Amino acid sequence: MSTRNVEPVKPHSLPSQVVKEDEPVLVAAAKGGDLNAFDTLVTRYERKIFRLAQNITQNKEDAEDAMQEAFLKAFEHLGEFEGNSRFYTWLVRIAVNQALMKLRKRRPNQVSLDEEIDTGEEMLTREIEDWGPSPEERYKQNELGEILNEAIRDLDPSFRIVFQLRDIEELSTEETAELLGLSIPAVKSRLLRARLKLRQKLNRSFRRSDHL
Amino acid sequence: MNCKTIVVELENYLDAELDPALRAEIEQHLGKCKKCRLIVDTTRKTIQIYCNSEPAPLPEDTHRRLHQALLKKLRAEKCRE
Repeated sequence: MSTRNVEPVKPHSLPSQVVKEDEPVLVAAAKGGDLNAFDTLVTRYERKIFRLAQNITQNKEDAEDAMQEAFLKAFEHLGEFEGNSRFYTWLVRIAVNQALMKLRKRRPNQVSLDEEIDTGEEMLTREIEDWGPSPEERYKQNELGEILNEAIRDLDPSFRIVFQLRDIEELSTEETAELLGLSIPAVKSRLLRARLKLRQKLNRSFRRSDHL
Repeated sequence: MNCKTIVVELENYLDAELDPALRAEIEQHLGKCKKCRLIVDTTRKTIQIYCNSEPAPLPEDTHRRLHQALLKKLRAEKCRE
């Protein structure tokens, strides 16, 4: 029986491929006391760190506080950054810890990253439709942003944070597991569930049949 | 190979963390099963859309407060020196 050619899956681009090449130069300058260099790093990453904190805390004030504290801590401890990872990855780790502290403070009984979650197939039984080649091109940037935010906002926090770290911040499975204190199978399980749930939610906006 | 196996291995498949033999089996199944192919394609697209999405601009007052807090910290550090 003949098989249809399936487009090979490309592994995620590595973080080093998406960062501006001058990051190590800026970090070295900032470590040497160049405040403009540190300010450039802050301006470069503030939007991403704010989005990260907002996706974890789901609260604007907490996200702003977590972002501020993350940058202040990064500045304070810059001398301890040895360059074994990207500066941005180091910053993400600090920001995640700050955001999780805010979240746990606000909702101490609701946040557990250790809870057992079944891997299931039940979500695959409906709404399987083609999206066409470029569903995101049908929307303006702000409309698309709202669709993506709404979908991720509805995720369970323990799914949301794993998806955020793995698929948006592009941390490795190992880095994500270490940062969240989870086992690697737990990260993989949550990531699978998060991806499938988001796919299902986006399907409502992106399915081709609604746009023909 | 059946549809349930595709679900179980989906995460490893999308992240290219499968041994070549299992990967070939999955791709053979995808060639025949439209439902699984759509699941894989739309899940991959979900990841790409989020990965490529640009964060919204920081609200102006949030940006201002952040830089004020940093400036305050810098001044405090300078006083300590």
